[in-house]
Amino acid sequence: MSADAKVVEMTQDEQTEMNRGLHYEENLLWEKKRSDHPGVDLPQPAGLKSRTGVLERGDIGLPQVSEPQVVRHFVRMSTWNYSIDHGFFPLGSCTMKHNPRLNEKLARLPGFAHIHPMQPESTVQGALKLMYELQDWLAELTGLPGVCLAPAAGAQGELAGMMTIKRAHELKGQSQRKVVLAPDSAHGTNPATAVMCGYEMRTISTKLDGRLSIESFKEALYKTCDKGSDIAGMMVTNPNTCGLFETNIVEISDLLHKAGGYFYCDGANFNALIGKIRPGDFGVDVMHLNLHKTFSTPHGGGGPGSGPICTTDELAPYIPVPTVVKEGDRYALQWADSRETTLGRMKGFVGQFGMHVRALAYMMSHGADGLKQVSEDAVLNANYILSQLKDDYYVPYDGPCMHECMITDKHQKEAGVTTLDIAKGLCEYGYHPMTVYFPLVVPGTMLIEPTETESKDSIDRFITVMKGFAADVRAGDTEKFHDFPLSTPRRRCDEVKAARNPVLRWR
Amino acid sequence: MRYLPQTQASRDEMLSAIGVDSVDALFKDVPKRAFVDGLVDLPNHMGELEVERQLGAYANENMGASDGPFFLGAGAYYHHIPASVDHIIQRSEFLTAYTPYQPEIAQGTLQALFEYQTFVAQLTGQDIANASLYDGASATAEAALMAMRVTKRSKVVIGNALHPDYREVLKSYVDNFEGTVLGDGGLDDLDNETACIIIQSPDFYGAPHKYEAYRNKCDEVGALLIVVVAEIVSLGLLPAPVEADIVCGEAQSIGLPMSFGGPHLGFFACREKFVRQVPGRLCGATEDADGKRSFVLTLNTREQHIRREKATSNICTNQGLCALAFTVHMALLGEDGFKRLARLNHEAACKLADTLSAVDGVEMVNDTFFNEFTMKLSKDSREVVEALVCKGIIAGLSTDDGQHLIVAATEMSRDEDMEAFAEGLTEALA
Repeated sequence: MSADAKVVEMTQDEQTEMNRGLHYEENLLWEKKRSDHPGVDLPQPAGLKSRTGVLERGDIGLPQVSEPQVVRHFVRMSTWNYSIDHGFFPLGSCTMKHNPRLNEKLARLPGFAHIHPMQPESTVQGALKLMYELQDWLAELTGLPGVCLAPAAGAQGELAGMMTIKRAHELKGQSQRKVVLAPDSAHGTNPATAVMCGYEMRTISTKLDGRLSIESFKEALYKTCDKGSDIAGMMVTNPNTCGLFETNIVEISDLLHKAGGYFYCDGANFNALIGKIRPGDFGVDVMHLNLHKTFSTPHGGGGPGSGPICTTDELAPYIPVPTVVKEGDRYALQWADSRETTLGRMKGFVGQFGMHVRALAYMMSHGADGLKQVSEDAVLNANYILSQLKDDYYVPYDGPCMHECMITDKHQKEAGVTTLDIAKGLCEYGYHPMTVYFPLVVPGTMLIEPTETESKDSIDRFITVMKGFAADVRAGDTEKFHDFPLSTPRRRCDEVKAARNPVLRWR
Repeated sequence: MRYLPQTQASRDEMLSAIGVDSVDALFKDVPKRAFVDGLVDLPNHMGELEVERQLGAYANENMGASDGPFFLGAGAYYHHIPASVDHIIQRSEFLTAYTPYQPEIAQGTLQALFEYQTFVAQLTGQDIANASLYDGASATAEAALMAMRVTKRSKVVIGNALHPDYREVLKSYVDNFEGTVLGDGGLDDLDNETACIIIQSPDFYGAPHKYEAYRNKCDEVGALLIVVVAEIVSLGLLPAPVEADIVCGEAQSIGLPMSFGGPHLGFFACREKFVRQVPGRLCGATEDADGKRSFVLTLNTREQHIRREKATSNICTNQGLCALAFTVHMALLGEDGFKRLARLNHEAACKLADTLSAVDGVEMVNDTFFNEFTMKLSKDSREVVEALVCKGIIAGLSTDDGQHLIVAATEMSRDEDMEAFAEGLTEALA
């Protein structure tokens, strides 16, 4: 990045020139004419002498516009976004389900929004009770009774989970265990997390059917020590990132446990299991949950998330602090002074409490009966899509799949149309694309996760578009794919240019 | 169940299209022992009204900052949030969008992030900023890890009174990375093996700091200077920490409620020479196929989904919507409003300091401060806090030794709140 790297300016005139119909261009705040009045009316300061002990700050260079200008600025920008409230959002492994507004309303109640995490416990009993109940719900749903709500998002939950394993080994005198196993289809956060824990990552290659085989698992497990005594644990997403349930998971976790390792399960795909199947019952020792996936808290254009972890009783002493405990009829936070075995702290204060409120409201709304229906409908929807697209697209692994299905561009690529082109075609036709080129184990993957909050009609329309694309390719009508999208606020963006000469701020 | 659109008829139709006779046939790969027998042991579904009543009752059991005089700060602050902020962040297009991986249909989120990064860079006096981290504590930990990567050293020095939560999170992260955290020795702990020194300003007790001496010592030993700001409003009155290599901290004060500790907003800014070592997402400007200005997530090769075990951090989801709330609030404040807000906060604290230091048994510990300061009390501060709760006053944070009370004032603190606090304190200390 060079110091003179500047954003190309958009003048007011250019902005006006580009407006069409309901599409409005909008320049940056810094490109607007400075208003005399900011968008807030604050009282005049009294002019007291400063007691900061340092010089007073001079000009910062911030923009200044009135409230109507600010509102219009962001409302216009919002119209350039696709969202789950617009339409079908089949982004694999991301569980883009409906975000109930009740949850938003509850999180904003003054008794939740305007409480401070360091208030005396006697003044926040309602908040602690809510967290305690959320811990209970998650424990029951996962079959894993040790729950810490503190981690801020999935990746931090993952880190907390692996640090729990590391702490357990340390306190049990097993610090020589330095190797973590993960399949080649794992999320990128898995190896990144293992390395953050000072572990060495060993990859298990998956079989031709997209699943872990007992043979390749054993090979990885016993590679350097014949009893696996250098193995700290394994990180497995189940259902895995190909949308398949690991059929050998019980045997594999038994072998791992026998070798003294722990099973960390990435909970990104918990939507396939919720209310029906409990990870604690297929050998998982610790897992994280993404409240912003399975439990409907909004993705917000990239957060905030929340990534609680759930563990077996055996690992519970090591999970991060704080956790909420019940003493008689009072709720309290438990800290390291009363649980010295803890790995410590992952996040300031108690976690993403606002997300805890939303997640509990979501679960209470569904209940035991509704949550079981969630996983069943999620899995049914994915299998239905797979059944309807399997004649048009290459299916690397036969079904049934779980809550997401995988197809690839193998047939279309021969005609010069790739997964990327199909994704951009979906943008043109009013859809958010599925997850593309992930997992990396199969070339040109498209991972489709419909979730349970889509109707059959909605899914059928998506299938029609996807079948239409395949038909176009078969008919030789392929040129248009390279130009997609045409009708979006912007066409394909030059990512190479962005990275070669990074312009990361207005100047 | 109101959130589930499938009907029994549509389910049956789909099952027959798939060619199976029951949904359980789709779960055939799952071992028997993992199935729940019937339903999990939890209540059945509830209507909107019932959920609202039950959780509303929980909310009512809490004593909120809006219920009475409130003077607690310590890294989370009670500020006013303009109504437009919440209106904008609840727009479906922002609220229910995903991380902007498909820039053609996510320019709204992307331009907001670009504006967010610009605001943070300007406020901190740094070249660049990322698109947010979880909170001030984990941002501090990520800053230390980045300093370890840049310097290839493993010693992290806490240079002054760092927020205890930040300290603990920092220790968890750095220990895990096989580094060492040293505290309390200040500049004397700095040597040729030090990756960075961390200075919080205003510090945990509320006192602002100057950075020149730290900068000089860092230059001498080749360490990075990390400045932590837990109350970002202070940057409207105190000088920007331009001496720092990394400035990070907590931006909850702008646009976000305290929410019992989260979601808040970790910010992270640094010098541009470190751009390829920055943790988290970065949004950059580029152009589209028609040559129009557009924005994308960029420099992804630092990140976990590309670099996997060689990534600069494992972070994926961050605090996108919180960064938007901050951006909208900053846009409303503008240059004059932001600086005025900072001054009003400082003046509120000056008034509070004058009001409370007139109480018998109160001694000011720091006479320089921004909007928060520490007092020594003649009685156990933990008991004082509890006594004031009975009067409906949240007094501040008592220190673990029971001798001190850390109090904050903001634009929300009214004169009558301060008088009620002084009265209550007089009684509690009598």
